[in-house]
Amino acid sequence: MASQPPEHLPPQHLPPHQQGGPDDVAARTRQILDAHAELEGPLLPVLHAVQAEFGHIPEAAVPEIVQALALSRAEVHGVISFYHDFRTTPAGRRVIRLCRAEACQATGGDVLAADIRARLGIDWGETTADGRVTLEPAFCLGLCACGPAALIDDRPAGRLDTARLEALLAEAAP
Amino acid sequence: MTLYLSQDAAARALGADATAEALAAALAAALAATAPGVRLSRTGSRGMVWLEPLLEVETEAGRYAFGPVTADMVAALFADGVPGPDHPACLGLTEDLPWIKRQTRLTFARCGVIAPLDAAAYAAHGGLRGLRRALGMSPADIVEEVTESGLRGRGGAGFPTGIKWRTVLGAEGPRKHIVCNADEGDSGTFADRMLMEGDPFCLIEGMVIAGLATGADRGFIYLRSEYPDAARILARALDIARAEGWLGPDILSSGRAFEIELRIAAGAYVCGEETSLLNSLEGKRGVVRAKPPLPALAGFMGRPTVVNNVITLAAVTGILADGAAAYRDIGLGRSRGTIPLQIAGNVRRGGLFEVGFGLTLGEIVNDIAGGTASGRPVKAVQVGGPLGAYFPPEMFDTPFGYEEFAGRDGLIGHAGIVVFDDTADMLAQARFAMEFCAIESCGKCTPCRIGAVRGTEVIDGIARGEPGRIELLQDLCETMKFGSLCALGGFTPYPVLSALRHFPQDFTPRHREAAE
Ligand SMILES: Cc1cc2nc3c(=O)[nH]c(=O)nc-3n(C[C@H](O)[C@H](O)[C@H](O)COP(=O)(O)O)c2cc1C
Ligand code: SF4
Ligand code: FES
Repeated sequence: MASQPPEHLPPQHLPPHQQGGPDDVAARTRQILDAHAELEGPLLPVLHAVQAEFGHIPEAAVPEIVQALALSRAEVHGVISFYHDFRTTPAGRRVIRLCRAEACQATGGDVLAADIRARLGIDWGETTADGRVTLEPAFCLGLCACGPAALIDDRPAGRLDTARLEALLAEAAP
Repeated sequence: MTLYLSQDAAARALGADATAEALAAALAAALAATAPGVRLSRTGSRGMVWLEPLLEVETEAGRYAFGPVTADMVAALFADGVPGPDHPACLGLTEDLPWIKRQTRLTFARCGVIAPLDAAAYAAHGGLRGLRRALGMSPADIVEEVTESGLRGRGGAGFPTGIKWRTVLGAEGPRKHIVCNADEGDSGTFADRMLMEGDPFCLIEGMVIAGLATGADRGFIYLRSEYPDAARILARALDIARAEGWLGPDILSSGRAFEIELRIAAGAYVCGEETSLLNSLEGKRGVVRAKPPLPALAGFMGRPTVVNNVITLAAVTGILADGAAAYRDIGLGRSRGTIPLQIAGNVRRGGLFEVGFGLTLGEIVNDIAGGTASGRPVKAVQVGGPLGAYFPPEMFDTPFGYEEFAGRDGLIGHAGIVVFDDTADMLAQARFAMEFCAIESCGKCTPCRIGAVRGTEVIDGIARGEPGRIELLQDLCETMKFGSLCALGGFTPYPVLSALRHFPQDFTPRHREAAE
């Protein structure tokens, strides 16, 4: 397998490396909208692509989307806020999605979650002060026969304990 | 000679990529002299997650299994060349392992055997037979075959697939759609993921057959964003299928057309519910729609739409290839065919086990899974995801079937089975069910949106020993059951009430700390 996803797929949690000013954001968003012009119901693919580009959905992207898709501002904001994946502020360099669901609870996931939040000094949905790591809750990653499980960016990890998760993090975000 | 190693996300989560690197190094160095021409093939998973990374060595007798093989074990394992059946670490022929031998692997026959994107291997291992047969049949005959098989939707609701297809076939519309529900939100489930990562062409073939059966020429795969590996593999599989002529304007030179678009969801559990999913595909908030109209008549953009689970669509390929009777002859009562059990949580042997309906829960948990990984007694088993009931060992005689579980106030859902040992706190599990419902509610109805938040507070009250709280919880559950539009609000009472009924000793003030 290639390690990089194809371009049209949204890598969920790319670090916010390409921060542009409002004009850049608007211009790039228009390009993204053009690239999705053939789709029916393109809003989610567009939002994924915008987030892949900027690491979050910048406010300056919204008017472009509103105009191109003939939606109201409230509709676009309503969609952004409905879905857990979309963020309106940048994430840390790495995003951990740690499973909080039942099969991982059955293998010690709650203890791991409490531990890792204490070690990082952040709660669910927060980013460490140094911008190194964002911790997101996930409700099942399909790794339920090898829990507790997490995705570190897009990389799966199973049978985690605090030491192993910290080691993986140290490797991913030194 | 070929070595096989899974690239399934669960195998990767347990170190398969590092094992692959170590193998590549061993092959390049020492083995180049002693065993030239050995190559490594990355497959899907056989479903024996406790043995991952599972390495298989091909011989004339078959594939020999070694596992788990972590990277640090590779050098020793290959010290005397490629290990064979006589090696002390050899587990035997994979096909002879009890876990594999006891299965009836129809839908997952190729998964873990072939490289997922090898189109020639797909065809050589029985792929496309169903599609070729369907191309020679009338739409009504395909629908009839599926109806005859007794196949019911594997996404959870268990609705007969043939009847759904017949409705779409009979619906008027210049354009119809096939939507594959690959949102697989239920905790404890991973069958969809394993199939999409291990045998993606099977899903594609099933969708094309569904299109031929109903007169639809456009399909969507709505895939959850928690499955990045499946997304990569499916995207490539779709490209390859187009290049092979299995998709596109002229399927297998038949003149028939079908196209599939992959769409990535955005992390909302409720979007697995079919009408919420359709709203999401249309670019809206994933709010549940009232039925009627049925999606079959007014689905994506108001057009006739089939919504089916991944496993439902994949099973159709085998039904068309081998006939309805072969499928219908397996099973129990009104649950026909095979079901991929997903055994998870605190178990010695976790993974995917495809078998005809009818095993008892006890056989599954004790026999197949081998009890708990911790070695402690089993306390509870949650079947059917976050909306499924908790079963105590006293109910282990329940046979695995739709009606059989419903008759015991449970559900089989997508066939996830999550085992807890005696350290589990069932009050905390009940509280989590309410919390999950509160987090994931689409917000349309009050009993779900407000009731679930209230539910967590009432359970906290029980933990603090406040009087009358248990009755209040029961009343609240009744309100949610009967006043909710969809199964998120309507079924959250199942885990809550089953925990309360079977484990009353946990709903006492003793468990104060655990509730928070
Ligand atoms: C809250 C909720 C979540 C659901 N999640 C899924 C899911 O993740 N995958 C799925 O196939 N069906 C899910 N369903 C069931 C679908 O609504 C629908 O019944 C199914 O996709 C139909 O396909 P099938 O007949 O092949 O099972 C869910 C239902 C509800 C109420
Ligand atoms: S029960 Fe909950 S999730 Fe279902 S429609 Fe009502 S508010 Fe939405
Ligand atoms: S429950 Fe944690 S990965 Fe499925």
